[in-house]
Amino acid sequence: MRTVEATGRTIEEALAAALAELEADRSQVEIEILDEGAKGLFGIIGSKQARVRVTRLVTPEDKARKVASWLEEAAGLMGVDVQASWRIEDESILVNLSGEGLGLLIGRRGQTLDALQYLAGMVGNKEGGEWLRVLVDAEGYRERRAESLRSLALRSADKARRNGRRVVLEPMNAHERRIIHLSLQGEEGVSTYSEGVEPYRRVVIAPR
Amino acid sequence: MKELVEFIAKSLVDDPEAVSVVECPRDRGTVLELRVAPEDMGKVIGRQGRIAKAIRAVVKAGGTRQGKNYFVEIVD
Repeated sequence: MRTVEATGRTIEEALAAALAELEADRSQVEIEILDEGAKGLFGIIGSKQARVRVTRLVTPEDKARKVASWLEEAAGLMGVDVQASWRIEDESILVNLSGEGLGLLIGRRGQTLDALQYLAGMVGNKEGGEWLRVLVDAEGYRERRAESLRSLALRSADKARRNGRRVVLEPMNAHERRIIHLSLQGEEGVSTYSEGVEPYRRVVIAPR
Repeated sequence: MKELVEFIAKSLVDDPEAVSVVECPRDRGTVLELRVAPEDMGKVIGRQGRIAKAIRAVVKAGGTRQGKNYFVEIVD
């Protein structure tokens, strides 16, 4: 957030000067009038300049642009050329990366993508303003992963029921475990729970 | 990878001027020593080391592109 003070013969003039300096329009700032100014006699004697303090607010769009260009630059330094597109939805910045070599940015089970997403969230929210969640995807990877987790859940549930024995899945992060739990909610004959300590916490599917 | 660590660290801290990264070649790979202003240590380490862990994951991935091992060490 940047703040400037400006003066002018009238409040309007002072404000215009401040907006020019901030390269912002009225909808992006908060205005505080420090001195209303006075015309004075014949515009000379006793005239006083108007003074305003104007603060540039960080808008969600500002944050999204920053996050997108940060991701492009970080990827570039990792040796991958990508484009980041974004949209804002429900207080979240949704970024999609596209380009060559996305596999490197995704990493094993999305670990690298999660790390980039976490850092991008810190960078985007650094300058204050309304806190926004940052979600980074690469060409629909997240949805594909969710889909394969759901089918893994169903297959494992079948196995647990058939063998009458519990099935222990590989370690997953909280988000992925949640997908498994949700997809087996209300599924006949099995129940799910998690066991172990992060980062090795894993879902167990047990016959009932 | 030195530039990558510098870029990430500078974008997280309040005092980017104080960020420095030194490359130290070792047998098993290259150690990247990251130094930041004392007040900014928390900004590159994070709660329970989450930020440091994320930086290491990103740098490690970048290193595989070059077929090299990189280790980020935060020095105080």
